[in-house]
Amino acid sequence: MPKQQDVILEVRNLQTHFFTEDGVSKAVDGVDFSLNKGETLGLVGESGCGKSITSLSILRLIASPPGKIVGGEILFKGQNLVTKSEAEMRAIRGNEISMIFQEPMTSLNPVYTVGEQIAEVLRLHQNMGRKEAWDKAVDMLRLVGIPSPEKRATQEPHELSGGMRQRVMIAMALACRPEILIADEPTTALDVTIQAQILELMKKLQVEMGMSTIMITHDLGVVAETCDRVAVMYAGKVVEYTTAKNLFASPKHPYTVGLMNSLPRLDEDVEELQAIKGNVPSPFNMPQGCRFAPRCPHATQLCHDKLPELLLQEDDSKVRCWIYTPEWDGANQTVTGTGV
Amino acid sequence: MITQAESKKKPLLKVNNLKQHFPIKGGIFGRTVNHVKAVDDISFTIYEGETLSIVGESGCGKSTTGRAILRLDEPTSGSVFFEGQDLLAMSKSQMRNMRKHLQVIFQDPFASLNPRQSVSQILGEALAIQNIVPAGKRRERIIELLGYVGLRPDQIDRFPHEFSGGQRQRIGIARALAMQPKLIICDEAVSALDVSIQAQVLNLLKSLQRQFKLTYLFISHDLGVVRHISDRVMVMYLGKVVEIADKKSLFDNPQHPYTQALLSAIPVPDASKKQERIILRGDVPSPINPPTGCRFHTRCPHAMDRCKTEIPALTSLHDTHQVACHLVQ
Amino acid sequence: MFVYIIRRLLQMIPVLLGVILVVFLIMQMVPGDPAVLLAGEGASAETIAKIRTQLGLDQPIMVQYLHYVTDVATGDLGTSLRSNLPVFDEIMARLPATIELALASIFVTIVLGMIAGIISATKQYSWADITIMIIALLGVSLPSFWLGLSLIYYFSVKLHLFPVAGWGTWQHMILPAITLGTGGAAIVARMTRSSMLDVVRQDYIRTAKAKGLKETVIIYKHALKNALIPIITVVGLQFGFLLGGTVLVESVFAINGLGRLIVDAIRMRDLPVVQGGVLIASVIFVFVNLLVDVLYRYFNKRIDLS
Repeated sequence: MPKQQDVILEVRNLQTHFFTEDGVSKAVDGVDFSLNKGETLGLVGESGCGKSITSLSILRLIASPPGKIVGGEILFKGQNLVTKSEAEMRAIRGNEISMIFQEPMTSLNPVYTVGEQIAEVLRLHQNMGRKEAWDKAVDMLRLVGIPSPEKRATQEPHELSGGMRQRVMIAMALACRPEILIADEPTTALDVTIQAQILELMKKLQVEMGMSTIMITHDLGVVAETCDRVAVMYAGKVVEYTTAKNLFASPKHPYTVGLMNSLPRLDEDVEELQAIKGNVPSPFNMPQGCRFAPRCPHATQLCHDKLPELLLQEDDSKVRCWIYTPEWDGANQTVTGTGV
Repeated sequence: MITQAESKKKPLLKVNNLKQHFPIKGGIFGRTVNHVKAVDDISFTIYEGETLSIVGESGCGKSTTGRAILRLDEPTSGSVFFEGQDLLAMSKSQMRNMRKHLQVIFQDPFASLNPRQSVSQILGEALAIQNIVPAGKRRERIIELLGYVGLRPDQIDRFPHEFSGGQRQRIGIARALAMQPKLIICDEAVSALDVSIQAQVLNLLKSLQRQFKLTYLFISHDLGVVRHISDRVMVMYLGKVVEIADKKSLFDNPQHPYTQALLSAIPVPDASKKQERIILRGDVPSPINPPTGCRFHTRCPHAMDRCKTEIPALTSLHDTHQVACHLVQ
Repeated sequence: MFVYIIRRLLQMIPVLLGVILVVFLIMQMVPGDPAVLLAGEGASAETIAKIRTQLGLDQPIMVQYLHYVTDVATGDLGTSLRSNLPVFDEIMARLPATIELALASIFVTIVLGMIAGIISATKQYSWADITIMIIALLGVSLPSFWLGLSLIYYFSVKLHLFPVAGWGTWQHMILPAITLGTGGAAIVARMTRSSMLDVVRQDYIRTAKAKGLKETVIIYKHALKNALIPIITVVGLQFGFLLGGTVLVESVFAINGLGRLIVDAIRMRDLPVVQGGVLIASVIFVFVNLLVDVLYRYFNKRIDLS
């Protein structure tokens, strides 16, 4: 694991719950990870696993009510964001920590030119005048590879394609040279050839600007493409936390393994996909033991009764699964290492 | 055009010179000033028992093709022969009769299921239209259908909102099966589902195909899914077919520069494999005024002068592989 | 945009012809012979026939209609039976007061309605929200003559804050404008609230928050301009009701406006004035609609594409 001074963001036991008429939804329920300077950390999982809520919690953008961060710490350069005032958070948002979203078609304000929308963030955080901010906005559009940026800056979002709009979002997010960029499914809504362009651009800019990135995605291909380390989330918890290389070479948690086997591959042919049976548990009514136990092919009584901890393994990865603990019953030895 | 190997198989659906142009109104008097050439003169055949996939990015015309075959939008011109009968020449009532043979499953199962109808009402309605099973036996048949798609008999009186996305898609599949169709058009049928659920539905579609000898026209933007489910694959770009081939030939030996770029653009979920990537410049041009000649020439890394003026015809490379590119002649 | 306006203006021609036709038919359907009315009691059959020829009433109905259209096109709306003045001049003398009243009322509708709606939306489910929405519900249900009379009773008769009736100074305007504008304000408040609530859920509002913008900037800069589109439509519709409402309010506050002119004309069976008044009111309404549609397009340029 990395040395302490390299860590720029550390999330400890984050719990974000939603208090609704139907009960309490524990969307994020004890999430831990850390982000190092200059690296890309992937938050991976299927819908409802809490990955997006985690990222919105970091910027404290959870609508309250009904949402609330009920526990844990988010340490940004050593300072706890959970206890910061709204004004202090505003000074961080878009400035030190920026965010881009899944839907480039709807994430830009339709009634302002893209130039204005980029300039706005510069005037807010960098105290620039109108002219200076506009010029910088045009520079940013050029940086993200938009042709004839002077002209594009004067256009409204509906005049731009989806790929262009995501470039604009990136330009806006990076205008103040943030230390962290949170990218929430940045390419999910885009066509694959455009996705390839955007991922390429993000990688290039990350190196140029030396920032750290949290990449939130459901796409294991995007993870392999962009991430240094990965936290796999399931039902509000991190179940596996390791390097991208380890994750693909030897996935450990049965959920991770199931996810990989579910994925139709471009480089392999299988007659039948090994789907994970059943459905994700309701966040209103989580299983008391391991949250994956009801769907897990290896689950024992222990798994149903007691929640395992996220424990360090010999290859420096962390896994939340009884299989990788001394408590695992010898009778269950059909399962070993990577052959899950 | 029909080659030796193909002629052995029995064609189920034959699409000839299909065009779907949507008018754009404008000007002071709201005249038709132009057309969106969503599908522009395409021909292909689907054989009995196979899965043909149409892949391509948004705006390539893949969904429009599916809708045109079913006459959900009336095509501009062309013919669609289903078991030898031209669907486009049929009257509305003849077409209604044919619809039971051609079923469709959409991307968003929630939008295509009436929220006020229970599962038994949804499937009962389909059985009533098809009218083979006598009314008294329908509930039994519905339970049987639910069994085929992996739903429990006790879920028969539930409403769509009580199901998860994957289960709703199963209801959509059961509804299609109720008609005992020959062809099912799956329009992005698994695109909205999470991978673990998507795998369940893909497996279901495959096993139903074997069980009921179904033919699928599978429309998708996801090449991984397409590779898994298809026998043959057709790649579309801006309303034109650029390549049709059997799955193996297409994925192992893509010929059209667009197919090559498309395949290389997909990130492979394996951190140890760093593939060479062809990154296409720019966006897909507008289908209102598509580029002259080969429609891909504005983004093609190999474009020649000829590509700007001459539309490449779909030519056979070998038995089961056709491509429309001047480079491959 | 220019092409659009031209197209809309051209489309107005058949609409206006239709309006003229309807107004013309009113004249035809009213019981009684205008020539008899005009000739006065006890006139001889000869006189009546003469008048009828003068007025062209002996011509076929289509010819009469065409005559009427040509007259209207040249600004000739006929002559008032009561005052013998040209109807056009009569209307023009009364129109300014009505337009002032309508503008003042629509101002009340927009300002009051939008402020209330925004407060409601930004503090959803708070006491302020609930109170505003209850008042809005009352505002929609209150008949304007009752509200007008109540306002006069409390603010003019009891508190002596405003004049009881008449028109001329800004003090005269306030009570009638509130009377006429309140119903619209209530509707605008509800529309603003729902439109704002819809907009603040949009992705670009989340983007604005992620930029670090203040709540007030997000609401007034990023949300409001987007929320305006449905509000404009409602305001446009309100303007139509408002024109109708002037009739009542002008009567309650004794304002010499177009509405009262028409009411008086109806009472006196002064048909050319009724006809002309209704025609002018309709033309104003058609133009306001055009203005609303142009504004709508201006605020929602994405429509231009489709």
